[in-house]
Parts: sequence; structure tokens; C-alpha cells
Amino acid sequence: MKNKFIYLSLLAAGLIACEPEFNNEVTNASYSAGDADFSSYVAVGNSLTAGYMDGTVSRGGQMYSFPNLLSQQFAVVGGGAFTQPSYDDDINDYGGLTLGGMQIASTRLIINASAGGPEAINGTPTIEVSNQQAMAYNNMGVPGAKSFHLLAPGYGNLAGVATGQANPYFVRHATSPTATVMGDAMTKNPTFFTNWIGSNDVLSFATSGGVGVDQTGNLDPSTYGGNDITDPNVFAATYSAITDMLTSGGAKGVVATIPDVTSIPFFTTVPYNPLTTQLLGGGDSQVGAATMTQLNQQLYGVLDQILTNFGAGDRINALDLGAANPLLIKDESLTDLSAQITAVASTIPQYAPIADFLGQTYGQARQATANDLVLLTTRGVIGAAPAGVPAPFNSFGVTYPLQDSHVLTAAEGEMVKVATTSYNNTIKAIAASKGLAVADMNAILNQLVSGLRVEDGQIYTADYFSTSALNTTVFSLDGVHPNARGYAMVANEIIKVINSYYNAKLPNIVPGYYPGATVLPTN
Amino acid sequence: MHNIFISIVVFFIKYPKFDISYLQYEKTNTYLTMRKLLSLTLTALTAASAFAGGYRVSLQGQKQLAMGHTGVGVVNSAEVLFFNPSGMAFLENRFNASVGANGLFARTKFQNQANNWTNSTENFGTPFSAYVSYRATDWLSVGLAVYTPYGSAVEWDQDWQGSHLVNNIDLEAIYFQPSISLKVNDYFSVGGGPIFVSGSVNFNRNISRSQTDEQGNRTDVTIDAGGVTAWGWTAGMMLKPTENLTIGANYRSEITMEARDGDATFHDVPGFLSTTLTNTTFDADLPLPAELTVGFSYKVNDKLLVAFDYNRAYWNVYKSLIVDFHNAAPTSINPRNYKDASTYRVGAQYTANEKFSFRAGWYFDESPVQDGFFAPETPRNDSMGYTGGLSYQINQRLGVDFSFLFLHFKEVNNSYDYYQEDGQNTSFGGTYKNVVFSPGVGLSYNF
Repeated sequence: MKNKFIYLSLLAAGLIACEPEFNNEVTNASYSAGDADFSSYVAVGNSLTAGYMDGTVSRGGQMYSFPNLLSQQFAVVGGGAFTQPSYDDDINDYGGLTLGGMQIASTRLIINASAGGPEAINGTPTIEVSNQQAMAYNNMGVPGAKSFHLLAPGYGNLAGVATGQANPYFVRHATSPTATVMGDAMTKNPTFFTNWIGSNDVLSFATSGGVGVDQTGNLDPSTYGGNDITDPNVFAATYSAITDMLTSGGAKGVVATIPDVTSIPFFTTVPYNPLTTQLLGGGDSQVGAATMTQLNQQLYGVLDQILTNFGAGDRINALDLGAANPLLIKDESLTDLSAQITAVASTIPQYAPIADFLGQTYGQARQATANDLVLLTTRGVIGAAPAGVPAPFNSFGVTYPLQDSHVLTAAEGEMVKVATTSYNNTIKAIAASKGLAVADMNAILNQLVSGLRVEDGQIYTADYFSTSALNTTVFSLDGVHPNARGYAMVANEIIKVINSYYNAKLPNIVPGYYPGATVLPTN
Repeated sequence: MHNIFISIVVFFIKYPKFDISYLQYEKTNTYLTMRKLLSLTLTALTAASAFAGGYRVSLQGQKQLAMGHTGVGVVNSAEVLFFNPSGMAFLENRFNASVGANGLFARTKFQNQANNWTNSTENFGTPFSAYVSYRATDWLSVGLAVYTPYGSAVEWDQDWQGSHLVNNIDLEAIYFQPSISLKVNDYFSVGGGPIFVSGSVNFNRNISRSQTDEQGNRTDVTIDAGGVTAWGWTAGMMLKPTENLTIGANYRSEITMEARDGDATFHDVPGFLSTTLTNTTFDADLPLPAELTVGFSYKVNDKLLVAFDYNRAYWNVYKSLIVDFHNAAPTSINPRNYKDASTYRVGAQYTANEKFSFRAGWYFDESPVQDGFFAPETPRNDSMGYTGGLSYQINQRLGVDFSFLFLHFKEVNNSYDYYQEDGQNTSFGGTYKNVVFSPGVGLSYNF
């Protein structure tokens, strides 16, 4: 009996002692909001704030918007509820949009493993623009919005969608046809905000290949086209007004700068010089070499000779059979030598019949350089046949110049750079004047170019999807927007800024646990 | 260990009697070997130490566990078959049997403050042992030992933060050891025997930190191999230079469990990987390291016995865990880079009367895991074991033994830095804290 008692008491003592305890147990008390108050967090911005990825907003993708990820960390230190526009109608998680039942935006991009590339997932979108929620949300990121759109009444008017006056995404949740994005945002009485607006003021020009106009000097944004570059003064005034509104109730916040195009795979994935004998021969270098020789004799050589006569011999040079040669592109900034080319060609018997065509086609043509950025979407265009062009001139980038919308030329790229720098200086200056933290997303995304090392040792790059980087790609398949993993990385960088600027102690977000591209065996 | 060696030297000085025995045996080869072993141990000791643990479970006998799991120089019961089979020769009774089992309660907590991660795992195991010895002639004893010196059961929440390293593991190895002991004379014996091991392993982990199927379920793989067998051996010697002093040394060889054609089963595989991650078979080797033990016991008086053991486990053989899948899935290479580790043990037994004896002990167990290789499949660091127990002799032949072990681990901040993701090493870590408690009960039968 006695030893039984001893045994039992030992057992009891042991079981109690069996509960391991840390010296400093991690609880919510381990973290703090510092000088910030996250009780009402409002995010304003564009697609980057909305959780847009793979070319759309989808029910699944929206969960990974950076503000939603941030709000989960804020919740640990007193953050309030965080709401996002409803995508309950995205039943199959296809994304896309319909207007009155007609599809107006394509479904989300996936990798079709059997075809080997990105495609819009096969299916019909169920996100209907006229399914209006008339509600303000904490996440007020509106895909496609430029700075001045946030202050524009009618930007959420259903009637304006068809005419391009309104934004279908904002229509879905604007509180009234005359509501503004900022007006709705302010009804949430933010105590803390993030503002990442401005990318579209320059990026839509860049992603369109520079088909728009640089509106610097035009102070009336109502006259701007969708692909134009916003005047820097208009940007500054708008940004200042938005910031004034956001801080009117004493809110603190983080403003984010605009990433430069050189850190976005949409502009950096397709090389300017893919033309090798291997490529032209369809995998057979000998065939390609023969093609190249023929091209040099009959097209490149002739054009080179003609252009040299007019002091523009550097526009086109003979192809080098042993190297990767640049694409043929059209550059609107070049002096138009159509007439001169036509005139000379007319004197050469075998070219005389097509002299007009040669002039029209190659008057502003040149070979691309490393300073020209070939758009991701142009990948499928290279080698394809332009409509109505006879052989052998019907090969884009090889015998027929890629057009303005295919390439962001060096001159256009310079306009983008000037505007981006100007906007970012404005953002930083306004932030400084208001005592706001700056998440320098331009600098952060630029680190991706050489590789951004995160806390767990992983190194993320600005590379487009590849099967060898299934676990580390941070850009979605549209090449412009991050994927879930990328938004986690963005959110974590913003957390670092908040921690240091507002003396907060928020837990990190580890990007490695977030998904990348959807890969399907077939589509 | 320096201390233990010094105390041996102190004994030489304090007890001149010993010098006599020492002279008696000086010329025997056996003794020279012994001395070699001791100096080897000393060399091993000078190596820098760091972390401890591994998948070794020191619960191989109720009486000896209660004495800090000392026993290489203790002749107490049939448990000596494990600690030092040569000691069978010195057992008083012709027939000795000891059987016992432990309830092993292990709890581990994990947290990472930077990422606000918390997790815990509670695991239960029942290591057991059974020993019988029989003195066939005055000079020859034979015996059989069955015990489970290696094992690990850790079950984290499925898809927890470290799930790319391990979701759960269940590793078992049963040792069958027929032994003989030769009594060279009243002062010296040798013994040993072959070891047959039968083992199994079941291990599950996610294939990466983010891969899921189309429904969002994390993709994982289970590898399972049962009935894996291997052979090894053990050998020891025991020296009784005086009536009160017993010195022992024992070596148990390394045994590599070679799992061949085990089953690898992939779950929640997305369609595009379904031709790569097909259910298949695999090969993998898991070493059960060699262990050298030296030590002694001293009978202070009729009632009190004290014992000291030093173990050296040759964990350096565990370089990496390599799982070679027999399909298109790439071979999984997981660096472990364990280092040899030592354990220092002390124990005492107080025989109160014919019915009762009481035991207590303490040990310090060094982890073989090095900084940066701290994987959550064996999330243990250096520990201190506190043991105790008692025996009650029901009658002349039958006794019942109780023991308990409380293992105290300091909390440890460490990480596993060699998880390869798209060719880049990434780190997973945090703070771990373990508590292990193990009550045990056994029966001894001697005549």
C-alpha cells in the first residue's frame, strides 16, 4: 500500500511537471502597435492593393491582397475587422468580369502544363459588374485606378462602364453612382492607412508599349486617354489632396512608391535579341543559317545600304550567324525615311514593284537594343504574321518590324523613368511633410533584380514564372502583379517599415508559405 | 568525463588494495585493451561539445534506470545483459529474469516570436525490455536480451509551420541479443553476443512549403518501411579488482538499418505532378550508432552502492538522411551532420532491508545535433535526467521494480538551415522546449 502511494504521488508530480513552459511565452502581449492605432485600417490604391493577380481579381486571389495579409498581423495588436469587396459571386474562382452577362475581362491566368505556357483558365466568369454591393470596405484598392480617379465622382457609375467613364471594379461596390473612392474610404474613419496609388499614372503607358501620350504640361486629366502619362503637377496635387483626406482624422499610415518598369518581368522577360540560327531554323541551325544568309542578302543588307546613304546605317545591320540578333522594331522617335527608302528602292529593278511597301514598312524601323523593353505579351507575336502582309515580309520582329504596342522603346522608357522618378519624389516629399512612413516599393522591388534575401534565407528575384522556380517565383502570370507569395513579401516589407517608423512590433509574414502560380495538367 | 577519470585515479590512491589487483592484471592483454578504451574515451572527451538527444532512448531496465541508467559496472540483475553482458558471470543466482516497460510521456513546445508561430506535440511511447540469464557452468553464463534502445515518435499538427521537414515520424527498433559471458576468474569476465535488429519507420512530411493540390490541400508524402532487419554485436568486460569495486566497459556496434523497397505514398498531388509524384518504393539508410560505455560501481557499505557510467555515442555516422525514390521524384537529401555525443551518469542504490531497496540517479545527456541542423523530427537538446525508484521483494524469488525518469531540457533556440527550396537553403527554427517523464514498472525473478 505504502509503495503504491509513493508511486502514485511520483506519477502525479511527474505529470504536472510534464508541461513544458518557455521563459517568454509567445502571446499577443509579445507584440505591440507602437505609436500606431490599427483599430480601423483602410487601404487605398489600385490593383496592387486589391489583390489583383494573374490578370484579374478572383475570390481566391483576393484573400492574398497585401492589405488583407497585413490586417491579420494587425489583429494581434488590436487591429479591427478588415473587410474587402465581396467576390462571393466568383463561384468557380475564375476571376474575370461580365457586364450584363457579356464577358468584358478574361479569367485568371494559369499554366497549362500540356501546352507549356500561361493561358486564361477555361471557363465563364461569374463576376457581374451590375451586381452592385453599394458598400464601403476597408480594402478600397480599385484595379485600374490612377491617382486622380480616386477623387473622381462617377467613377463608380454603372452607366459609365460601357463608355469607359467608370471603373467596373468600383461600380461593384461604390455607395452611389456619384460616390468617389476616397469618399467611400473615409466613411470607414481610418486610424491607419496604406496608400499605394500612382502606378497606373505611368504604368498603363508602359504596359501598352507606349502607345499613349505623355501629358506633361496638360493639367486637365479629364482629357487624358487611358494609356497616357499623368502630368507630374496633376499627380502632385492629387496625391496631396488624397493624403490630406486620409490624415484628416489624425490617422497614421504608410505610403508606397511606384516600382520602376525594370523590376517588373512584364518588361524584362522577353529578350531584345532572341534571333539565333537555332530559332529561325525552328530548332535546325543549318536551316536557320540559310534563312539568315538569305535575309542578309535580300532584306537586311539592302536596307542597310539604303539607310547608310541617308546617314542612318546604324538602324539596321546584317544578322550575325554566330550570335543572338536583335528584333526588328518600329521606333516612332526616328526620323521617317519612308520617302527616301521608296525612292531608292524604285531604282532597283527587283525592288521597284514593292518600293512603296518597303518605304512604309521600314521608314522608322531599326533593330532593337538592350534599352528597348519587349513586352511579355509580345512573346507570342514574334514570328507571327501581321495581317495583310505578304510573304516573306510577314514575320513580326524578323522581316516585319514589331509595332509601337509591342515594345517600350528606349525613348518611351525614358519618359516612364522621368515620370516615375517625379511621382516618387512627390510621394516622399508629401509623406515627409505629413510625418508618414514610406514603403519604398520602388527600391524594394529593385532589390529583386539582383535578388532579395528574406529572413529565412530564401532569395527572391524579379523573374517570370519558370518550372525551376515553382517555389520562389513572386510575380503572377500577368508579369506585372505579384502572386500570393509576392504579396506576402510586399506585406512583410511594409511590416518592417511600420515596425521601424511607428516603433511597433508586428510579427513577420513568411512568403515561402504562400502559393505561386496555378499549374494545371490541361486547360 | 575528466571528473570520472580523475575519480578513478583517486581510487587508485585511496585504496592501496587496488594497486595489488592492478599488478595482478597488468600483463593481461585484456587489461591493456581496457586501458586503450579508457584513453580512447579520454580523447573523445576533449572534443568540443554542443547539443544532445537524437533518437536514442535510455530506458533499458527499471533498476538501472532508477540509478541514472548506470550499469556497465553494476551486477544487480539480468538487466546487466544490456549494460554489460560480461556481468552475467557475476550474478549471484543461477537464473535471473527481468522484464519491464515504461510509459514515455514526451511533450515538446515550439514557438517563433518573429513570426508569431506556436505549436506543440505530445507523444507517448512504451519502450520495453526483457532479460534472462542462466549460469550453465561455473565459468559460462548464457542469456537473451530483448530491448528497444532507439525510437522516436513525434507527431506535429499536419501542415504545421515545419511540415516541410516533418509532420510525423514513428521510428522503432527492437534489439534481440543472445549473449554469453565467460568468467575468466573471480576478478574478471568477458561477454558479448550478436544483435539482431528488427525495425520500422514511418515518416510523413509535406513536399514543400507551399505546394497544394487544386483544392488547396498541401501535398505530402509518407514513407513507410517495416520489417527492416540488420545485424550487429556487443562485447564487454568486467573487472572486480576488490570485493567492493566493479569496473566495466561495453561496446555496442553501429547498426545501419537499410530500408529497401519501402512504400512511398504521395497524397494530395496536383494534376500536373501526378506523373512525377507517383506512389513508388524507396531506399533509405538510417544508422543506429555505436555506443561505448565505461564505468564502475563501488560498494560503500552493505547497504549503499554507488555507480558511475560514461557513454560515448558515435553519432557522426549520421551524415544525412537520403531517401531515394524509385520514380521520377528527385532523391531527397537531408543533411544531418550529427556529432559524437557523451552522457555522464551517476546513480546510487540503498538496500534498506530484505524487502526494500531504493534508488536514485542523475545524468547529463549531450545532444548529437549541431547548430543549424536542429530538425523538428528529433527536437531535443542537451538534457539532465533525474531518476529514482524502488524495488519490493515479494518473496525470495520475485521482486517488483518501480522507476521514474524526469528529463529536463533547457529551452533552446535553434534552426534547421539546410532545407533546399529551388536550390536555395532556407532556415526553419525557433525556440523549443521539451519535457519527458517516464514512469516504469518491472518484475525480477531469480533463483
